[in-house]
Amino acid sequence: MSNSIDSSRPNPSLIRSMDYSTDIPGASHWSLRMRKGTIMRLTDTQGGANVGMLFYNPENLLERYNAPDSLKCQHTFKLTQGHCLYSDMGRIFASIIEDTHGWHDTVCGNSHANHIKRWGVRDYQSNRNDWMQNGHDAFLVELAKYGLGQADLAANVNWFSQIVTDETGKMQLAPSKAAGAQLTLRFEMDTLVILHTCPHPMNQADNYPRKPVHIQLGEAEPVTTTDACLTACDENRRGFQNNALYHLGR
Amino acid sequence: MSVIASDLLIDNARYTQSIKAGNYYLGTIKAGQTFRIVDLEGNQAADTLFFNANDPSERYSAMDTIREQSNVYLTTGSELRSNLNNVLLRIVADTCGRHDTLGGACATESNTVRYDLEKRCMHACRDSWMLAIAEHPEYGLHKRDISHNINFFMNVPVTPEGGLTFEDGISAPGKYVELTAVMDVIVLISNCPQLNNPCNGYNPTPVQIAVWD
Repeated sequence: MSNSIDSSRPNPSLIRSMDYSTDIPGASHWSLRMRKGTIMRLTDTQGGANVGMLFYNPENLLERYNAPDSLKCQHTFKLTQGHCLYSDMGRIFASIIEDTHGWHDTVCGNSHANHIKRWGVRDYQSNRNDWMQNGHDAFLVELAKYGLGQADLAANVNWFSQIVTDETGKMQLAPSKAAGAQLTLRFEMDTLVILHTCPHPMNQADNYPRKPVHIQLGEAEPVTTTDACLTACDENRRGFQNNALYHLGR
Repeated sequence: MSVIASDLLIDNARYTQSIKAGNYYLGTIKAGQTFRIVDLEGNQAADTLFFNANDPSERYSAMDTIREQSNVYLTTGSELRSNLNNVLLRIVADTCGRHDTLGGACATESNTVRYDLEKRCMHACRDSWMLAIAEHPEYGLHKRDISHNINFFMNVPVTPEGGLTFEDGISAPGKYVELTAVMDVIVLISNCPQLNNPCNGYNPTPVQIAVWD
């Protein structure tokens, strides 16, 4: 059994097409349903972005991203290339097929209104699109559109945010990487994606960090038997088998 | 790790109960009451969830808890926070020194990934929780409320390189953790039946709970 992830391995020809691109401003939220076999590439165009993301099975909204299962079955605290994002039903929503950032957080959750207060008043009436949105409220707004609420808000991923720990367990948000960091998700089953571009809750910047993300959507090439995510560890092979079983039953 | 013993005597407890491995406990603790979980035989994991008794959609949040204390481990002094970032309970005594809240609970589905596809029919913590909420609709809990839990007595160290490891050797017979409720809380424990993980020596054992006013 191998649990090491070789993030330097090149990933040619994993992507068939790029069909759509959009820029999501900082402090915004969005959601969309991704089909099995599609890809989503995120680019931190300015540096210092944080993209909060949640995953649900659109056919059974009770099946959702499970951070503990994703971490423990891959023996990792960080998410990066080669890792898979697991649901609570032992299936894989998405694989991280490319990642130049190297370390993404999935244990710190969201910014709440109280975290944003340090930067001033959160006032749409006065500030319009420059208001200071927080991640918790952004998720609640998007979740409500699918009949989901507070109780459905599990641990999210925070793309482009790195949380390091020392031997006593003390946590710290690492400094942001330069502009241009990029990661690509390949969806292994139909997935409802909920996302926001609000600051990481541990961000101590002097000013509210309003950072956009560039999103590209397209089609993936079929997963091969030598795929780096599938072969990253025995656990991922079994996860892909669970997905195959799920698709047999549909 | 901070090891702090309690002054409370088990003979003075208002209530005690033993929970066998593979069973669950579901009950309410009032604000101000103190709640102890004892690892009777050692190296057992008590997979625990907490809910605001007046609104179970507010519940224990591992993410809010570790972020606000800037530390991934739980011990004496840890404030257990909700998904609304409110304090549910405080750990006031702990003779074990460290508890995990990153590793989550075993489930029949995750067991297929972690161990073998054929392990799907072995009993697991999430199934114990499912039975608990099905047998006790009066608590108003639903599958959507079952989120990321605390593993009392488990040691799951994070490495500086970003690895996650499962280690043995912190808990022992009679070690306990004690919490004081800040609001009325529902406690849901699955005493872990895990037979595949060496952390409990492949021998799941009972835990005891006690409540003081």
